[in-house]
Amino acid sequence: MQLKLGRINITDIKFGDKTKVEKGVLYVSKEQVLAAVADERLTSITLELARPGDSVRIMPVKDVIEPRLKVEGSGGVLPGFISKVEMVGSGTTLVLSGAAVVTTGSIVGFQEGIVDMSGPGADYTPFSKTCNLVVVCQAPEGLSQHEHEAAVRVVGYKAAAVIAEAARNAEVDSWEEYQHLNLFEGMQKYPDLPRVAYVYMLQTQGLLHDTYVYGVDAKRILPTLMSPTEMMDGAIVSGNCVSACDKNTTYHHLNNPIIQDLYARHGKDLNFIGVIITNENVTLADKQRSSNFTAKLADMLGLDGAIISQEGFGNPDTDLIMNCTKLEKLGIKTVIVTDEYAGRDGGSQSLADADPLADATVTGGNANEVITLPAMDKVFGSSKSADIIAGGFDGSLAKDGSITVEIQAITGATNELGFNTLTAREI
Amino acid sequence: MSKFRVVHYINQYFGQIGGEEKANIPPSCKEGPVGPGMAFKAVLGNEAEIVATIICGDSWFAENLDEAKAKVVEMIAQYKPDLVITGPAFNAGRYGTACGAVAEAVSQELEIPVVSGMYPENPGAEMYRRFALIVETGDNAAAMRKAVPAMGKLALKVLKGEQLGTPKEEGYIPRGIRENYFAPDRGSKRAVDMLVAKLKGEEFHTEYPMPQFDRVDPNPAVADISKAKIGLVTSGGIVPKGNPDHIESSSASKFGKYDLDGIVNLTAETHQTAHGGYDPVYANQDADRVLPVDVMRDLEKEGKIGSLHRYYYATVGNGTSVANAKRYAAEIAQELKNDGVDAVILTST
Repeated sequence: MQLKLGRINITDIKFGDKTKVEKGVLYVSKEQVLAAVADERLTSITLELARPGDSVRIMPVKDVIEPRLKVEGSGGVLPGFISKVEMVGSGTTLVLSGAAVVTTGSIVGFQEGIVDMSGPGADYTPFSKTCNLVVVCQAPEGLSQHEHEAAVRVVGYKAAAVIAEAARNAEVDSWEEYQHLNLFEGMQKYPDLPRVAYVYMLQTQGLLHDTYVYGVDAKRILPTLMSPTEMMDGAIVSGNCVSACDKNTTYHHLNNPIIQDLYARHGKDLNFIGVIITNENVTLADKQRSSNFTAKLADMLGLDGAIISQEGFGNPDTDLIMNCTKLEKLGIKTVIVTDEYAGRDGGSQSLADADPLADATVTGGNANEVITLPAMDKVFGSSKSADIIAGGFDGSLAKDGSITVEIQAITGATNELGFNTLTAREI
Repeated sequence: MSKFRVVHYINQYFGQIGGEEKANIPPSCKEGPVGPGMAFKAVLGNEAEIVATIICGDSWFAENLDEAKAKVVEMIAQYKPDLVITGPAFNAGRYGTACGAVAEAVSQELEIPVVSGMYPENPGAEMYRRFALIVETGDNAAAMRKAVPAMGKLALKVLKGEQLGTPKEEGYIPRGIRENYFAPDRGSKRAVDMLVAKLKGEEFHTEYPMPQFDRVDPNPAVADISKAKIGLVTSGGIVPKGNPDHIESSSASKFGKYDLDGIVNLTAETHQTAHGGYDPVYANQDADRVLPVDVMRDLEKEGKIGSLHRYYYATVGNGTSVANAKRYAAEIAQELKNDGVDAVILTST
């Protein structure tokens, strides 16, 4: 399997008559996008632009999606939602690199996040650095939370797909190639390198905690094997933003940094043989079954090592530790990637489950750290949810428009794919 | 520029009052430096000075802990110091514990930084490392020559508000406090680097050493459940409609205590969940799904249990630190015990 990614660097975003890319500027036709995303379940959809450095706050943020377009090879991007369910991950895909669609609007649950385009909060979210088309969705009173979530989720994918069309005739700034050999070829080519897989844990706990694989709710999957290139075409998408700091947006799935960094050492220090996806369901039997299947797949693949990334915290700490210990007991060396809930003073134990076998941990930082986000000139969405979103508390929203919250409320702040440089140490 | 003001706490031995036979003397106070304070004077130079020294017998401190802390803090406060130094205590257990207890009281009550010095195995280090920068020293007073410059240097850094390096760089015992910072590399690269090192059998440094997990043995079974008073406690966030105590959807800063008198069934009109970490739809439709009041009332009526306790307790488990959860649990357990509750059903989400 081989995938070529052509990156078109986007440095600015503007509204225009036609959706197109010109000299790094992404022009977005409002009419075109609004026609593509119309959804009768929602009362209104409006579009805004947010650029790096703008005095803009987007909240509550539901999802962030990078526009990509499949121009050659089987299937299309975002299979199961935008494209049919052909296998993806080979051929050629174009990327509007530096652009993103951000969905917001009336709050679905308690859980959506904050993206500040400037100020101290901007340092914590990767989406302060992208040129964002903000899609503001308002839902009618009485729309069920499940329907509301589904509607806004799909609006985001559709908006990304329609603006990705602008890549078709744009000049590509750089090419990347990702090859994925089958198991046998890989072992023949790299007989002396340790075999490494990536165990990709997907959040699957219900409303605003769900992840989809080729359109399938990942709650209903058994752990399975995927090519790392499939993620680059949007085989995995996000339906979750609960405690937004450590939830993977669709943008994260498309740009999984663990996959990128394993590729960087592939053929040199390790033989990256693939991705085992697994879920984080809420019942004990599900946790046991999924971790058993993960360990069984790892064993069948004859792995020497694995990186295990978590999504979320608390309850999934159990899944993380089960996956880690079951692999370690098979003699497979693991590194786990997680984040911490060490309390606002940093003085508490950070995880809800732990085991001495988890001796190699990378952390995305303490999500309980409190930050004050100064008022912004514009708020897309509404800041009224500040007191009730996860990471907020009574009095989070001050009269002057500033918000004091735990960084837990900031989209992507303590990401557990290791997307950021933020981490924590003991002092 | 005026010098920073430092108060020094030492025991009877270093205070040149006497050895074990004087360990029972109550705290006293002397202007200026005493004993090891003289050595600190050289390190602190023109930038800071020890304005007073508090001396207390180790036994007296240990035997009158609360009174000792209160007295020492009161003496320290009157000198309005910018920083307090305790010890160094090396591996002297009672002295280390006193140095730590003073550090705790000073940092909590006066909010003044404390620098201390101990051998890592001194029990005072483990007990009180949260509250002071405890410089790692040798195990006896022969290490004074090295301890004093290290402690003095660190004290000056703190006084001048300089950015501190890692515990290793600064030579102090880690305080068990997690601090965020931006690393040079992103987490995924650090993870791959760590895995490659682990596979090669090379040295690697975990970013979070696993904590000792607190496991609790269950109590023996209730002898006669048909006579027992049963309480309900949940971390599933079930609160009266409107969430009157504003319990947070994540990182709860409190728990609530709510009356069940006359309530036989929780409904969408009366109760909801405040929890932000699970799909709330089904709990909001019928909160009995998380807090089984309806079933408990049935069992009560059928005589299968003695009675349902009048109050239930609720907090939100989502993102709530283990330390806070432990504190709420201790308070709730005490109240339940005082109310004569025999057994508790704990529900999560």
